[in-house]
Amino acid sequence: MVEASATIDFSERAREADQPRSPLVRFGADKPLRLDAKVDLSPFQIAYQTYGTLNAERSNAVLICHALTGDQHAANLHPVTGKAGWWESMVGPGRPIDTGRYFVISPNVVGACMGSTGPASINPATGHPWGLDFPVITIRDMVRAQAMLIDHLGIDTLFAVVGGSMGGMQVLQWAASYPERVFAALPLAAATRHSAQNIAFHEVGRQAVMADPEWRGGRYEIEGTNPRRGLAVARMGAHITYLSDAALHRKFGRRFQDRDNPTFSFDADFQVESYLRHQGISFVERFDANSYLYLTRAMDYFDLAADCDGILANAFKNTGTRFCVISFTSDWLFPTSESRAIVHALNAAGARVSFAEIETDKGHDAFLLDEPELLAIVRGFLEGAGKTRGLPAVVK
Amino acid sequence: MLSRPKRDLTMAETARTAAGARVDLVLVAEMVERGAKVLDVGCGDGELLRLLAETRDVDGRGIEISREGVNEGVAKGLAVIQGDADTDLADYPDDAFDYVVLSQTLQATRHPRVVLEHMLRIGRHAIVSFPNFGHWKIRWKLMVDGQMPRTDNLPDTWYDTPNIHFCTIKDFRQLCDAIGVRMETAVAVDAWGKPLRLSAPWWFWNLFGEQAVFLLSRKS
Repeated sequence: MVEASATIDFSERAREADQPRSPLVRFGADKPLRLDAKVDLSPFQIAYQTYGTLNAERSNAVLICHALTGDQHAANLHPVTGKAGWWESMVGPGRPIDTGRYFVISPNVVGACMGSTGPASINPATGHPWGLDFPVITIRDMVRAQAMLIDHLGIDTLFAVVGGSMGGMQVLQWAASYPERVFAALPLAAATRHSAQNIAFHEVGRQAVMADPEWRGGRYEIEGTNPRRGLAVARMGAHITYLSDAALHRKFGRRFQDRDNPTFSFDADFQVESYLRHQGISFVERFDANSYLYLTRAMDYFDLAADCDGILANAFKNTGTRFCVISFTSDWLFPTSESRAIVHALNAAGARVSFAEIETDKGHDAFLLDEPELLAIVRGFLEGAGKTRGLPAVVK
Repeated sequence: MLSRPKRDLTMAETARTAAGARVDLVLVAEMVERGAKVLDVGCGDGELLRLLAETRDVDGRGIEISREGVNEGVAKGLAVIQGDADTDLADYPDDAFDYVVLSQTLQATRHPRVVLEHMLRIGRHAIVSFPNFGHWKIRWKLMVDGQMPRTDNLPDTWYDTPNIHFCTIKDFRQLCDAIGVRMETAVAVDAWGKPLRLSAPWWFWNLFGEQAVFLLSRKS
């Protein structure tokens, strides 16, 4: 059985959902978010982090789009876990996304639980968390909200939009929805649609959450319960899909955890079991179960070609954006074939596209890791684009 | 009629050539109009794309089969994708480029004719450079040694060479006739990288040209 530690202060995470320790922009009744579900979300708020300085021409802004379980804390200490930002290898002074050169904006997506409006936020109509009354949101809704944030910050054109996995979906949606506002786009380990297999994995995760008796139809915060077991199991299952057989074997093999022999029980005898349980438990500290349902749903619904009569190239017709598509050899969740489909569509649209597949055994999560080749390619691509854009090397 | 490309590289550009750019790449660059949109098929680490960007102000894209080549090119800021000339050219729309370049790669493709046809569908012009298997040294080696020739330019043994479709200048001209393309310009260079006299007859080129570069276009 997966047991979350009793010491976790869940109220801290709940507070973060409404009053985050991040800059915040609130959009009132005059600026509703028009959702694909044909309802307006209003009022709503977006929490975000920024790094670096916006130049006088406002031409050096880089938007970072986080993945399913990421958040705005890409390059600063996480306020709940106290851990380093999730993309410190990529973002920071002297890093490929150099905060000495670019003004980096990292928002929390709508539907998430770290300060942007989502199912864990208080519904102003009831005074309670939204729960399942929160409207279903899409990747396009997330991007629409980000565009409103960018407007609010007074930025017309983003120098680059960067993200992996669900973040990569947002990058592609940005390029399709606002081509004139995106100078360069870097979708990493991404796809233009969520595959049947990936929807299937998500469904297993959602069912794990909903099967937890503490989920209470999504009203757990009101009823004072917490579906941590269900969410932890969902995370454990998902986490396997982010790695690879080779990486798991390299890291854990069949080694035992703190013992020399099997216990002939269902304890976590194997290191890999112990690791997954730890992943599950630490995840529930910082993530909201309903948010997990909503964000996985948003990914499931993503199908860029469906918005243009099934012809993906039409999503990028006449685009002036330059693209850098990156995939990883051992990523079986968003395999290279998905990135190739993006590249084919971009070529058909006559777009300026670079595509690299990086050899690694680290699976889907490789985009988050300190992969020298990944870092070199992102750096080189951005420097090349920066030269074309006329960005000075360092912001004065 | 067949003509020689204008030698209009500037002094600085020529100096760069002397400083190390490959002779066949310089010959290709001379055939490209300034500011053109170019696809380099089999672009390696992007040397030609770089030369074209620096000397011809070209909007260049590349396809390269090796992962190392691609990643190096992208890290240099070039628009390069990993792909295979034999399979991936079909994905490009008609008339997407002014020039499609295939430098020293034709002989490594599985279907050279199909590749060439795609090049002339995707681009208004195609530029093809290849090692001439009709060069006297190669003929001599085959005749004397009775073995697949290996030279400084083509050092691989027959069993590990990527070059599966060698041709001579004469063969290539026949292919162009078969497909019905117009040969606009051609250059053959000798073993020292010196272009052969244009007025020389084709048999002379075929015997003494170590490499050849052809600028082709569709017969309209």
